[in-house]
Amino acid sequence: MTVRVQTEDFDTGFEINQLRNARKDTGAVVSFIGQVRDLNDGDTVSQLTLEHYQGMTEKALEAIVNQAQSRWDIFDAVVIHRVGTLQPTDQIVLVAVSSAHRGEAFKACEFIMDYLKTEAPFWKKEVTNQGERWIEAKLTDDNARERWHEN
Amino acid sequence: MKIKILYFARLKETLKFSTEDLELQDDEFARTLTILKLKAYLAKRNDTWQQMLMGKLKVRGAINHELVDDNATIADGDEVAFFPPVTGG
Repeated sequence: MTVRVQTEDFDTGFEINQLRNARKDTGAVVSFIGQVRDLNDGDTVSQLTLEHYQGMTEKALEAIVNQAQSRWDIFDAVVIHRVGTLQPTDQIVLVAVSSAHRGEAFKACEFIMDYLKTEAPFWKKEVTNQGERWIEAKLTDDNARERWHEN
Repeated sequence: MKIKILYFARLKETLKFSTEDLELQDDEFARTLTILKLKAYLAKRNDTWQQMLMGKLKVRGAINHELVDDNATIADGDEVAFFPPVTGG
């Protein structure tokens, strides 16, 4: 498992190749990249700043990956999340999961993202044409996490 | 009883506190301290604290890096954190 919180950008191709080449019985790698949008709630966004709770963040992400590993038959997972000040189109987060078959990797990747969104201590503040504002948590993110309890 | 409290995001910005060490008398209050009781205690400082910790804003708590609910018990030496619902990803 790789969990990193960093200000620097990351190389998605490199991370995916590491997962692909780690085991010859790997048949699937599923990845998700979250990036900064230039539009939020109808306003133009010029900058996004991410704050986090150092120490807790890493533990929370590791706990989420551990849950995914106990739930699905996956080989490995990489979670990289950036903090600091970012601009539109900058990468924010990478979640990549490897497994023998795609089904497990798809599910685990989505599960990790849904839990990360609601349990990992990161907060976003954006600069828009209307001024600076903290981004509010969304109910849709809570619902996305809740559906994993159903099955 | 001594605890460390950390504040994040909007709480940190509005309260103008990122961290503090809080020393409490070792009495019944301290021995039965929960997240909710600590919020109510801190909220007495002034209107801003009241609004931020006991107002409409949803505040989540963590003890020693674990997300907890309002009834979680706080012990001597714990690191407590208060923050708004998370918005990463």
